[in-house]
Amino acid sequence: MTASEHVLGLGWDDVSAVEERDGMPTLQVAPQRLRELLEILKRDLGFEIAILVTAVDHSPKAPRFELVQQFLSIQNNERLRLRCPLEGDNPSAPSCIDLWPGAAYMERECWDMFGIQFDGHKNLRRLLMPEAYGHHPLRKEFPHQGIEPDRLYREWERSRIERAAEREGQEGVNS
Amino acid sequence: MGSLKEITTTDDESGFMATQVNELMNWGRKNSLWPMPLGLSCCGIELMAMIGPKFDIARFGAEAARFSPRQCDVMIVAGTLTWKMAEAARTIYDQMPDPKWVIAMGVCSSSGGMYDSYAVVQGVDSILPVDIYVPGCPPRPDALIDAIMKLQRKIERENPLKRVLEGPTDLDESGTGIFAKAPNMEVKTKRYGTYMGDSGMKDDHSTARAKEES
Amino acid sequence: MTNVTNKVLEYAAGNSSDLELDPDDPLHGELMKINVGPQHPATHGVLRLSVELDGETIVSCDPEVGYLHRGKEKTCESLGWRKFLPHTDRLDYVQPLLNNTAYALSLEALAQIEVPQRAQEIRVLMMEVSRIMAHLIYLGTTAIDLGAVSMFFFTFTEREKAYDLLDAWSGHRMNNSYIRMGGVYADVDEAVAKSIEEWLRAFPAKIDEFEKLLTSNAIWNARNRDVGVLSPEDCFALSLTGPNLRGSGVEWDLRRNMPYSGYETYDFDVPVGSAGDCFDRYLVRIEEMRQSVLIALQALDRLKQSKGGDFLARDRRYVLPPHGRTHESMEELIFQFKVVTDMRLPKGSAYLGVESSKGELGFFIASDGTSDPLRCHVRAPGLMNVQAIPQLAQGRLLSDIMAIIGSLDFVMGEVDR
Repeated sequence: MTASEHVLGLGWDDVSAVEERDGMPTLQVAPQRLRELLEILKRDLGFEIAILVTAVDHSPKAPRFELVQQFLSIQNNERLRLRCPLEGDNPSAPSCIDLWPGAAYMERECWDMFGIQFDGHKNLRRLLMPEAYGHHPLRKEFPHQGIEPDRLYREWERSRIERAAEREGQEGVNS
Repeated sequence: MGSLKEITTTDDESGFMATQVNELMNWGRKNSLWPMPLGLSCCGIELMAMIGPKFDIARFGAEAARFSPRQCDVMIVAGTLTWKMAEAARTIYDQMPDPKWVIAMGVCSSSGGMYDSYAVVQGVDSILPVDIYVPGCPPRPDALIDAIMKLQRKIERENPLKRVLEGPTDLDESGTGIFAKAPNMEVKTKRYGTYMGDSGMKDDHSTARAKEES
Repeated sequence: MTNVTNKVLEYAAGNSSDLELDPDDPLHGELMKINVGPQHPATHGVLRLSVELDGETIVSCDPEVGYLHRGKEKTCESLGWRKFLPHTDRLDYVQPLLNNTAYALSLEALAQIEVPQRAQEIRVLMMEVSRIMAHLIYLGTTAIDLGAVSMFFFTFTEREKAYDLLDAWSGHRMNNSYIRMGGVYADVDEAVAKSIEEWLRAFPAKIDEFEKLLTSNAIWNARNRDVGVLSPEDCFALSLTGPNLRGSGVEWDLRRNMPYSGYETYDFDVPVGSAGDCFDRYLVRIEEMRQSVLIALQALDRLKQSKGGDFLARDRRYVLPPHGRTHESMEELIFQFKVVTDMRLPKGSAYLGVESSKGELGFFIASDGTSDPLRCHVRAPGLMNVQAIPQLAQGRLLSDIMAIIGSLDFVMGEVDR
């Protein structure tokens, strides 16, 4: 019995099968059921490796964000994909890094690129953009060319300029 | 070498000896251009191929690719420069002692390349003064060697003795005008004071200072 | 002679605040925080490691990536499926053809089109040649980082020979953009195929040379054995695949277990290590190069038999007509116009994992039926490899970081995308 058949056999009504064009077994999960399902996947169904954790921005449709996770089971030679629609413009989702520590960077990237928070991820910083960057680039309304890069470059230095100005104020004007 | 021809100086100030000294200094500099490989992405692989055995850069005196900017002459920006890396690249350039040149290798460093995106600097000349641009994605190592040879021709036309005798000035108008002073030396940068001695710049990036504060 | 007590510090998992440092202790009084990178000869690109050191011993190590983030996933949404192909070359730029194949396979899975047999054979040949080139980079750069400078020149000589062949075959030395949706760009020339065969037949002798230089070398052994040990559970936890996983003893190769492009019909072995240290990963990659030569030679034999076959699918919804046909036929001209301006993939998503030289590489693509891509996510194995650095560097000396980084083998182009 494949993993998705096993999960569907549990009889939850907020988990349903989805037909995908590449033939990978896919389940659509509601956010409140996601954490429980992840634990079952790791503990009972032998999915040792988290292949990817990413998101899709469907705007202007609602729900806007859809969390996509893929897992690989080496002992059973199978893959599984989970899709979880998230409500709202700044959604949060349960983190899976206690089960699969390798997903830490992938969740950080979701936060960086989309603005999806992960509950339980202790180190949710930006991964690819600088820490002081104020935007989430992969959202659909963010322009491809970015927003005023020169100003942003100076933005990142803003805190340094402020501290230098403070010190100048303290020590007086030096040559 | 295309259309770069020798420019003979008609400046009255330099006599025969001065010209000979200039030529000697330029000869020494152009034949020992130690590159600072800022190998950022795919162009870095072709840069390594150029330093490698087939397109041997050692025959130009340039095989000492010391990765410390303090020991290098020409900075080869090989690859895509992003805004996150821009500050580091500028710091490295500032740390290089005079005389120094910059080769922008590949289209990504010349103009942003195929990446017109939010994170890529559209041409490294936004933050550095560039001497030679090398198009290509990535340029063949032959193209980069051609760039180094063009840079050598450019160095031949410089006037280093004038700067030694007159001291640092602003950008010189004679000749190619690149070598009286490296253009960035007068422009106070964020990092200058920290690394080149205290020039009065109040920059807080040195950890020693940060510790004093706390 | 002062009596210096050797204090053995118990390092907590990456948390330096748990350490109890005695400020009066001359050896262990203070932690030093230094940057390795982002510009560094040995970090294989622009990677920054914030390392906290107690003398020479690493207390904690925090990688920071993103210095080469070029916004590729956003670029795909702006450019469209066809124009994104050259961008895929530049992801893991030491093995461009493997990236192309992963992208093409995902597109073909979503559009559900068939790739002709000859194109699949060419793809297998190109993928294996790319794998060899990527492992040569690993060998050359890791060896030079650890001090064996000659290896850099040996491996780059071999790479130059392969570059010339790829130049003749696909038009460019690297970043070829040769493998496209539906097949490959151009057919193989017989003379070039013969040259490739000669190079491949001479290559195992070169691998023997490399091994003679390194494998029984005392310094290489001392720097790599028992350094960076990964157990299979560690690998699963960190999502490591590819040679890193196989070096720890897990026999998992996507070409064998979840085959694509006809790999189930090729005859090859999958090398597996046992100790999970840097040395075993090195041996796995050396043996993989030998196996790649075998697979490539088999592919070349099949190419001789399938001469004259199609190298590009004929599905005109997605694949351009071959050069010159547009001048002869009105329908082909219209097809070309539609493919270039308005190529749509059907609604849905697809992912197909490919065994790259670093691990499992795949493109998760989602389309909503319009000509603008909805999402194109690159599952980069390099990002997972970077995640492993803190755990492996913990408690070791600073110079072991170079051995660890080299043996984990990542390329910042795909880590940062």
